[in-house]
Amino acid sequence: MLDIAVMIVAVMLCIALVLNLWRLVIGPHVIDRILALDTMYINSIALILLYGIYNKSPLYFEAALLIAMLGFVSSVAFAKYLLRGDIIE
Amino acid sequence: MSMIDRLFPMPLHSILLLIVWLMLNSTLSLGHIILGSLLAFFIPLLCAPLKMAQPKIKKPLKVIPYVLLVLKDIVVANIEVAILVIGPLKRIKPGFVAVPLDIHDTFPITILASTVTMTPGTVSSDVSSDNKWLYVHVLDMPDNEQEVIDLIKNRYESRVKEIFGC
Amino acid sequence: MSFYAELIISLLLILGGVFVLVGSIGLLRLQDLYVRLHAPTKATTLGLGGILTGCMLYMFYVEGFLGVNELLITLFLVITAPVTAYILAKAAMHNRVRMMERTRNKHHIETARSQLPPSDDNKDSE
Repeated sequence: MLDIAVMIVAVMLCIALVLNLWRLVIGPHVIDRILALDTMYINSIALILLYGIYNKSPLYFEAALLIAMLGFVSSVAFAKYLLRGDIIE
Repeated sequence: MSMIDRLFPMPLHSILLLIVWLMLNSTLSLGHIILGSLLAFFIPLLCAPLKMAQPKIKKPLKVIPYVLLVLKDIVVANIEVAILVIGPLKRIKPGFVAVPLDIHDTFPITILASTVTMTPGTVSSDVSSDNKWLYVHVLDMPDNEQEVIDLIKNRYESRVKEIFGC
Repeated sequence: MSFYAELIISLLLILGGVFVLVGSIGLLRLQDLYVRLHAPTKATTLGLGGILTGCMLYMFYVEGFLGVNELLITLFLVITAPVTAYILAKAAMHNRVRMMERTRNKHHIETARSQLPPSDDNKDSE
């Protein structure tokens, strides 16, 4: 049963990733694209965790932790770059 | 400043550092405890000059019910937002609200703003530079915007205020 | 592994997957950036929380010990999700991103982007 559940959730996550990719491509503003990228990071963490369950290995969780940190830092760096401009700074 | 204060400038951070180190390695072996203790001793010494003065947590026991309340609200928030997102988009009436703040220190405001972001239909978007107003974007605004302000003030801000005792 | 443990883990995983999917649908479907910000920050956090709890229970049954790495990921995400949402909202205000016609209290944007207290004099210009 667990194998079937893992497969169903993996399909859901892949659909979610495609939807995010769609927003990344059409996103009218740069900030929309950053938001889509941030969501893609989180969804790929979920996918990696699921792969860890599928392979019965706890090793993938460390990779997930690293992706969580890198994703946060890069989103904040992009947003901070866009904050530069007329009034503040 | 006493000797102990100079050797352990951030005692709470040191303990947290040790715990996170042991969690990252998911072990309780003697070697990692010694290495973690050394890191927990030296890193705060290096970082102490960067520390900004923050108000102390006056009532640590009140933190636990607050965290449980926020966790419950996160689950409720998600179900509400999920229904709004799946349902017809005409029902969504967004709006901005400026919430007057009673707490003026940066750390409690950070806690409050994060809580507001994680809970039903609100995202905190900016703080005025005098730390007196919090701008909040509301996903589904009731006709009377005072309801949102009262909810934030009574449900979260009063509790944060109590924890920090200011 | 017993049937009930498997059932609970499967339910948690599917619940998490549904919330992640709802968050992504919201990201695609909602009309303006400020509204879009709500869906991923909330729904994906809870969805990932569900999947992580499922992982933790699974590892508990298979390996016999409670994995703490998953706990760290959850903690990290709960701390960072509001920060990302806040800084993206701030960047959106700063860049004057277009918003929905029926957004109320639009005048708050002008004072918020220069971090001033709200002013009441332009309230009726909406």
